[in-house]
Parts: sequence; C-alpha cells; structure tokens
Amino acid sequence: MSTLVIVEHNNKHISPATRCAFAAALQLDKDPVLLVAGHQCQAVAEEAAAFAGAGTVLLVDNPCYANPLAENLTALVLSIADSYTNILAGSTTFGKNIMPRIAAKLDAVQISDVIKIIGKDTFEHPVYAGNAIETVKVLDDKKILTIRTTAFDASSESQNPCCIENLDKPFTDSKISFVKHELSKSERPDLASAKIVISGGRGLQSAEKFKLIEELADLLGAAVGASRAAVDAGFVPNDYQVGQTGKVIAPDLYIAVGISGAVQHLAGMKDSKVIVAINKDPDAPIFQVATYGLVGDLFELVPQLISQLKAK
Amino acid sequence: MKILVAVKRVIDPYVKIRVKTDQSGVETQNIKMSMNPFDEIALEEAIRLREQNIATEVIAVSIGSDTSQETLRHALALGADRAILVRTNKSHTSLDIAKILQKIATQEQPELILLGKQAIDGDNNQTPQMLAALLDWPQGTFASKITVNGKEVQVIREIDGGLETLSMTLPAVISTDLRLNEPRYATLPNIMKAKKKPLDILESDDLGLSLKEHTQIISVRAPSSRSAGIKVDSIEALVDKLKHEAKVLS
Repeated sequence: MSTLVIVEHNNKHISPATRCAFAAALQLDKDPVLLVAGHQCQAVAEEAAAFAGAGTVLLVDNPCYANPLAENLTALVLSIADSYTNILAGSTTFGKNIMPRIAAKLDAVQISDVIKIIGKDTFEHPVYAGNAIETVKVLDDKKILTIRTTAFDASSESQNPCCIENLDKPFTDSKISFVKHELSKSERPDLASAKIVISGGRGLQSAEKFKLIEELADLLGAAVGASRAAVDAGFVPNDYQVGQTGKVIAPDLYIAVGISGAVQHLAGMKDSKVIVAINKDPDAPIFQVATYGLVGDLFELVPQLISQLKAK
Repeated sequence: MKILVAVKRVIDPYVKIRVKTDQSGVETQNIKMSMNPFDEIALEEAIRLREQNIATEVIAVSIGSDTSQETLRHALALGADRAILVRTNKSHTSLDIAKILQKIATQEQPELILLGKQAIDGDNNQTPQMLAALLDWPQGTFASKITVNGKEVQVIREIDGGLETLSMTLPAVISTDLRLNEPRYATLPNIMKAKKKPLDILESDDLGLSLKEHTQIISVRAPSSRSAGIKVDSIEALVDKLKHEAKVLS
C-alpha cells in the first residue's frame, strides 16, 4: 500500500500546503513517495528528500512542467499511478485543479478537503461550508485525496535525505498552453500560513480606506485577508478572500474588522486559535465565534489600536 | 458556437443548514432551494457570449429529480435557449455527474462547457475537471475572465497568490469563479417567456451508463461548535487580553 504526494512548488521552494499533505500521507503510509515535477527544480527535490519520513523523491525535470498545467501533470501521474494506492495533494488551487482530473482518468472518486483520516479507506471532510462534517468510506481501490491544510500540522522535522530518482517522462498537450502569471507582489507573509491575519470586510467602505487594514497588518507582521463582500466590492483582489469559496485558514490570531460574519466567511476562519472582531453592529454573527469582541466604529478603533501598538 | 451550461439545484446560500438528528444528511424538506451561485455566473457568461454573437445557442442542463425543472425554468428565464433535465432520484458523486454530462456533451456537441467551480452543498470542486478529463478536453478552472477568439479561448484563472492566464483550443471546459461577472435578475416578461421554451427530460437510466457505487456515506454530523468569547470595551482592554490572556501578542 504505497502513497504518492504531489509536491506543489514554484521551482524554488515547496509550498507549505505540501508539508500538511505529507503529514496526512504519513498517517496512511510509513514512507510516502513525493513527486516533484517542474523545471530546473533540483532544489525542490532536495528539500523534499529531507522531509522526515520521505521514502523516495521522484524528480521529473522538464520545461513542460515549468508551470503546473493539469493536462501535463495528469498524464505524468497516470503513467506511474499503477504503483500507488493513495494519491494526495494539498487542497489549494493547485491541488483542486489537478486532482479531480487524475481521479476521473482512474475512474475513482476524489475526497475533497480531508480533515481527518479515520482508516485506510474512511475519511472526514466538511460539506455545506463546514456546517456539516461527512464521514465517507471510499470503495475504489485507489484513494485520491486533497488535504485541508489547516487540519494537519506540517512537520518541520528533517531527515538524512532519501534517494532522489530522476524520471524522464515529458508529457505535453497541444490543446493548451501557459501564457503568463501575474502574482501579487507582497512583502507580507503568505495568507494561507501566516500566524496573524487581519481581514477587512464591507465595513471598510472603499479600496482607499482598506489601507487601514494593511497598515495594521504591517505593524504586526501579519497577512491581509478579506471577506467575499470586500472582494465583490472591488476593495481587494480575490486571492485575499477568506471563506468557503476562498482560502480556509487557521492562524493563531485572526482579527476581523468590519466583517459581519456570513456563514461563508466563517467557514474560512472559524478554526483560528484566537478571533478578534471589531464591528459596529453588536448583533453581527461574527461575535458568536469571536474570542474577543469590540463594538464600535472601526475608523476610530483601528487607528487607536495602531497607535497603541506603536506606543509600546 | 454552442455552449452547454450545467446548473445545480442547491439549498439557498442564505438558509441555515441543519444536520438531521439521525446523522443521515442535512435537512432538505421545506427548505428554500436556489440555483448554485457559481452556476449562475457560468450561465451569465454564456448568455453574454450569445449577446455578443460569439455563441449561437445556450443549453442549460441539470441532473436531479423533477424539482430541478424549477431551476431550469429559472435558467431559461435568465436567457438560456433550451434546457435538459437528466432525471434521477439517486444521489450521485461528482464522477457520476461528470459521466452523465459527458453523455450529454456527446449528444449535443457543444464547443464550450461552462460550470460553476463548486456547488455550495458538497463544496467538492471536482465536476468540471472530471468532465474535462473524460472528454479529454483542456480545462480552464476558476476563471475570472474568458476571451474567445475564433477557435481559441484565453482564460484568466484565480490562483493562490494571483492570476494565471492560459490559452486553449476549443472545445474546452471552463469553471467559473466569483469575479467573472455579476449575474442578472430574471425579469417578469422573461419569466413568462421561459414557460414556453423547450425543456427536454431524459431518464438517467436510459443513457446507457453503468454507474457503480464508489462511496458509502457513514455519517453526516454537525461540526463541533465554537463558543462565543467575551466583549471588551476598549482597545486598551483588547490589547491587554491579547498580550496577557491569549498571549498572541508580545
């Protein structure tokens, strides 16, 4: 019963989501195999080989994997899938894009956003924006899973590097090509893995006023998030979105400013360790999950908080 | 160009979800149902492409019980030209749904299939990618902009950390994200007109598919709830709590 973890990376570093998926893989298998497909990504393979518990790293270094196209990666995984019972990836836009394509080609179901491994074929995952938890048994031989990263602690332990096996398996598809990336340039920590996140909602009123959230975040070395309402209103880009249809995060401290706490937003942050809510409506649902709530005008309170933090 | 749009009937996004006490699922009796919001975005995009004379026909398809006809009538009122219901009373995995849609695509030969990136009930985010796999078509998931140029389509995708642009040849499967467009509302005259538009019903058992059991649902339970904390009355009090009680600030 062997397990394959598909490594998400940018040809330089491994995404934190992969460490969480690997932690889940270790519950299924004592020495999971990591697949690194990329271009000029030797450093990524070396990083993976040092993961405590890694059995083997498969390195496929080819220009056709410079960007993670689902078509190419699916063909690659299918070419080696016979050897694996479990195939895992983090539940990020990378994993969500690729894994169902692989599953369908294998005539297997996929379990999305696994939060708990009950046994070798039985898993828990949230449905209805986390308002229900489904326990499901997979009857297929192969188990294709995406892993909810907040549910598995990434291990930072390392080992003497395991063996890196080079595979020469280029796959391309003439029907699709990569054009370009526009990645948000930010000095701030990654939203998905930040220890502190400051999120703003519709209460911020405009993109201009949303800068208040950014100022507070920078003071605390925090990442910036937003509710779907703030994204809809055009205050910030979609990759800031926290919620059912955005990112699901669980930082040590989550400060929700001007966010009412719609079900779909709560789905993305309610597992945070400490939640602070600042909102002028005392009945806002966000207060039902907040560790500390403060009722009042955010445009008075947030500048106060900023000056208080600066003063120390 | 013919566009197929898949729409799903789901519990309305503003309804509070209640898990059944026997843990067999969630309460769906006497509850307001709506078209999955992401599918509304997919449908809107298809209608706009027809209004720009890029598409010639928009076909809405839904898989479900007779009540899904209501969702399809709504799609027709919004602007779909015709609708297909694949009737089934079973609950299907995303893989089954993708296989049924593959059959419909083979019959209808669309050049573009648009679907919402996820349904807000199962939250699986699988069907579009699975359908693309079964058809062996390219996929553009989580689209925030779609530009059709003859036989080519450019898709800007919402990915973690920014945007990615892909170019693919038609036919293709595209799944829609939040910022692609803002769906219109159905007008009363269009709701009336929709009653006369064609809605075909196919029995899923007649499609010649052999769908097997892939999963067994063991239980559906409510999540452990998080209890509300306390209200503080000033920023000073808040900072004090964060430093000395929660110890998340130094």
